[in-house]
Amino acid sequence: MGKSRTLNLGTGSFVLLGFAALFFLTTQTTSHGLAVFGPPRYEVTAKFDNIGDLKVGAPVSMSGVEVGRVAKIDFDSNEYKAVVLLRLNARYNKIPVDSDASIYTQGLLGGKFIGITAGGADTYLKDKGQIDFTQSAFVLEALIGQVLANFTKSKADEQATDAAAPKPTEKTK
Amino acid sequence: MFAELWESFTDALENLGSVVHFLFRLVVNSPRVLLRFNLISQQIFNSGALSLVIIMLSGLFVGMVLGLQGFQLLQRFGSGEALGTAAAIGLVKELGPVVTALLFAGRAGTALASELGLMRATDQISAMEMMAVDPIQRVVVPRFLGGVIAMPLLAAIFSVIGIYGAQLVGVQIMGVDAGSFWSQMRSAVGLADVTEGIAKSVAFGVACSLIAVYQGYYATPTAEGVGRATTRTVVTSAVVILFLDYLITAAFL
Repeated sequence: MGKSRTLNLGTGSFVLLGFAALFFLTTQTTSHGLAVFGPPRYEVTAKFDNIGDLKVGAPVSMSGVEVGRVAKIDFDSNEYKAVVLLRLNARYNKIPVDSDASIYTQGLLGGKFIGITAGGADTYLKDKGQIDFTQSAFVLEALIGQVLANFTKSKADEQATDAAAPKPTEKTK
Repeated sequence: MFAELWESFTDALENLGSVVHFLFRLVVNSPRVLLRFNLISQQIFNSGALSLVIIMLSGLFVGMVLGLQGFQLLQRFGSGEALGTAAAIGLVKELGPVVTALLFAGRAGTALASELGLMRATDQISAMEMMAVDPIQRVVVPRFLGGVIAMPLLAAIFSVIGIYGAQLVGVQIMGVDAGSFWSQMRSAVGLADVTEGIAKSVAFGVACSLIAVYQGYYATPTAEGVGRATTRTVVTSAVVILFLDYLITAAFL
């Protein structure tokens, strides 16, 4: 009896340790904390024209403090807008209804996150509420494209004026 | 010369076929053995709990080396804080399962193969057959299942200890900020990475245990034969682990 008891004890503690390690890997090294153990939460939606490469699970922060996470991303085919479901920690339940949600980038090329700037209203966002004021993601490619377009356009203008310059009628100006 | 080549090729095919056949026999017998959990529990202890020390020590040092090397490399790009991500992804997806499986083949696989080989050499297996006890059910399947269950748990323990090893070097010695070490890891490591690691370790557990019990069970019943079976277990396991690693990585991409 004694021997089989120590044996079972050893097996049991090994299996327990193994599952503790698996639990650690799934909950602590990833951003998927188990919802069962998480704090109570409430959900609000926000509609954006363009969310860039915002991912489910991205943090939602106010003044740099994480208050929640992006729970779901959907596309509204009536308004042609991205519908982002934010799951916010119930501790932060005094976010004014006229707050503003913007999509920012972590670092220069990091992942996207949502920043909420508090508004001034006296009523607060409730579960299933909606943030009306949103600002789209800053898409680096679009910006580069715009800069390049402006650049080539101004070059073209310059050439046009250069070509036009020798004309005497222009010179009088 | 071609005849010889052809012969060694057909030999290899025959071997592969009999391994697959053996695996089917093990799987068919597994449900009945699962009811006698005592037998399996003892084998989990033998191949799992007894491998714990070597797994934990190796995990710690592998993690510490990752911390040193990763930090040296990442610092060149001014992103030493990404060390947590690099170490966690490296350990969870690759190093954890692969190194654990290699160590497992060396520590538990050889023990299984030589134990079964010695049983064969000392006629214990024939004696069981004589007493109408199925040696596959009584001896082989519990060892196989014990290895299959122990391996993923060992790999998970290895990864966790390794991450702490990397944290030890990166944060305590090299001065990476602990907060960004963990938070960058959390935002970059997905559940899919962990799943890939677990899938790998399960596959390696099946492969290692199968090879060990097969080599032991069919060992030539001499002292030399047992020695050869043990050697073959390690060599074949190592090659199969690395081959499967490539396959599973490609499948998860």
